Amino acid sequence: MPSRRKSRTIRVNYLARVEGEAALHISLRDGEVVDLRLEIFEPPRFFEAFLRGRDSREAPDLTARICGICPVAYQMATVHAFEQSYGIAVDPSVRELRRLYLCGEWIESHALHIHMLAAPDFVGCDSILTMAEKDRGAVERGLRLKGAGDAIIAALGGRPVHPVGACIGGFTRAPGRGQLSDLRERLLRVRDDAVECVRWVSRFELPAANRDIEFVALRHPGEYPMNEGRIVSNRGIDAAAADFEDCFEEYQAAYSNALHSKVKGRGPYFLGPLARVNLNFDRLGAGAAAAARETGIAWPTSNPYASIVARAVEVLYAVDEALRIIDAYRPPDAPAAPFAARAGTGRAIAEAPRGMLYHAFETDDRGLIRAARIVPPTAQNQARIEADLRALAPDLVRHPQAAATRICEMAIRNYDPCISCSTHFLKLEIDAN
Amino acid sequence: MKPRVAVFKFASCDGCQLQFLNAGDELLKLAGQADIVYFPEARGRALAGPYDLAFVEGSVTTPADARRIIEVREESRYLVTIGACAAAGGIQALRNWADIEQYRRAVYPSPEFISTLSTSTPISEHVRVDFEIWGCPIDKTQLLAVTRSLLFGAQPVLPGHSVCIECKRSGNACVIVTRGEPCLGPVTRAGCGALCPAMNRGCYGCFGPADAHNMESFAALLADQGVRGDDAMRRLRGINGYVRPWRESADALAAKK
Repeated sequence: MPSRRKSRTIRVNYLARVEGEAALHISLRDGEVVDLRLEIFEPPRFFEAFLRGRDSREAPDLTARICGICPVAYQMATVHAFEQSYGIAVDPSVRELRRLYLCGEWIESHALHIHMLAAPDFVGCDSILTMAEKDRGAVERGLRLKGAGDAIIAALGGRPVHPVGACIGGFTRAPGRGQLSDLRERLLRVRDDAVECVRWVSRFELPAANRDIEFVALRHPGEYPMNEGRIVSNRGIDAAAADFEDCFEEYQAAYSNALHSKVKGRGPYFLGPLARVNLNFDRLGAGAAAAARETGIAWPTSNPYASIVARAVEVLYAVDEALRIIDAYRPPDAPAAPFAARAGTGRAIAEAPRGMLYHAFETDDRGLIRAARIVPPTAQNQARIEADLRALAPDLVRHPQAAATRICEMAIRNYDPCISCSTHFLKLEIDAN
Repeated sequence: MKPRVAVFKFASCDGCQLQFLNAGDELLKLAGQADIVYFPEARGRALAGPYDLAFVEGSVTTPADARRIIEVREESRYLVTIGACAAAGGIQALRNWADIEQYRRAVYPSPEFISTLSTSTPISEHVRVDFEIWGCPIDKTQLLAVTRSLLFGAQPVLPGHSVCIECKRSGNACVIVTRGEPCLGPVTRAGCGALCPAMNRGCYGCFGPADAHNMESFAALLADQGVRGDDAMRRLRGINGYVRPWRESADALAAKK
């Protein structure tokens, strides 16, 4: 009932179809936001703390456990950080296999998000299960794409969740050319699915929004960014990956188990597929770029709701890139480069499905970890998500609770938040005992 | 009426419940045989209990979760845990050997905002558990087999033998014998398909202890292989490190130091 001083509180106690647990609290008075909190109550698991004293060789198996949806990105950031610290140069074929590995994760994670988490909103269903009754074809297409991504990860790491093949220096076993031929057939079969997926999501009724956003992603001189590149933004950031901590700072809010991030001296920033496509459109390759143009979206775009389209474009890119890598593949002389651990610090960034994932490790001369810092993409996006919600909030009072909830959830889902990942923060300056 | 199924999450990475979504077509079939009434990761609408079958992922690490698991148990006729976190406390149970105040102060600039228990404990330390599916992550095929058994009213059965049996059956060369690689296979429960030896590396214990596990003899084997005491301790104190036989064996190694 409207009162003279219009007050309204919107509480969403359980955000559906995100990975992990969070809630949202918005208080408005006279159309102004007086309080807005995206509460992350996913319990902290203290990864950076228990990694201290562990052997660096175990680290890729341990950091993978931060996230069941994007374990490959964790393994990649981890091994690259130690390789930087130990001065290891990996075989060029291993480098390509690692791109292939991450292509698999982008495909499975994006396909999961698009079809199972996001699409039900746009087709008016509450889950993939009810969507299957309405549009079986779309669900099956999503499952085929997800299955193909899972198959890439399994080919290199044995299984799609917490794969076991990645190690410092390379892989424990490299596939022969013949072993990748089944995978090649499977990817060829889902390429049309990936093209159709871009068309499908571009037909969704995406809300229009034009926000003032700083997009941040890696950029590589010759490739669409995955494991390597410089940090760039549309506001002039251009820094080495190892200088991540010079560019961004973290702060803690009382209501959240996740630390927030901002660009030093500025404000929130946006990571993930939309940031990558906006900043690396010229590296997408002919097939994915053509599909992206066909959607009618003018890239780069400042509409966060275009994220789902960017995600679909990246699925197609990753299918094409995986096929390119398989076709050009020559097994490395050795699956992993030999190395000797030494005291030092290594820093690296991988482009996880949800955006830049930063790892820094300090080790002693035996290769035991003295300090670890892990900054996952969802935590970095959290302040940006809140900024989007703040922009939406004054308009929410016009909607009943259920509709307001749905509007907020859709805005949050643009970032495909992975809340399980977001609660594992440490400051590097901590004293290792 | 179709059985009402729920999936709950405690402290975890989401990887085990993801196996439902990874099941693809099988998930759609399952949806025809049961009503999945609570599954926040997959559906927007949550329905209240009681539940015929509850799957629980994750370990108990906060005071609120210690209360919530009791409510889940009260609402559930049959409670099945999925994964290493729920069965053994998970990798986050490494805090059980540490000073949690130090962890909290070291991790967060404002530690007073963070509510956490000093331990990460398995679900079975809090409530009665009807069945445990082990693994980090659980195996999709095992998950579907257990689910099907329960929907048909049959007692589920999973193998309790060691990874070595699976490994021999797959025709892998033993990494201990041929490469001198430390491998937890002899004391680890089967279920992964002997993945690590097939990938040229030793098992690191994702599925927890096998039913028969001679830890004393295993510790001697590691020592014979030239594995340092602290290294052997770390290998046991891993994904399933808080489960009793491995915990006791690792603690004994730590005491010897």
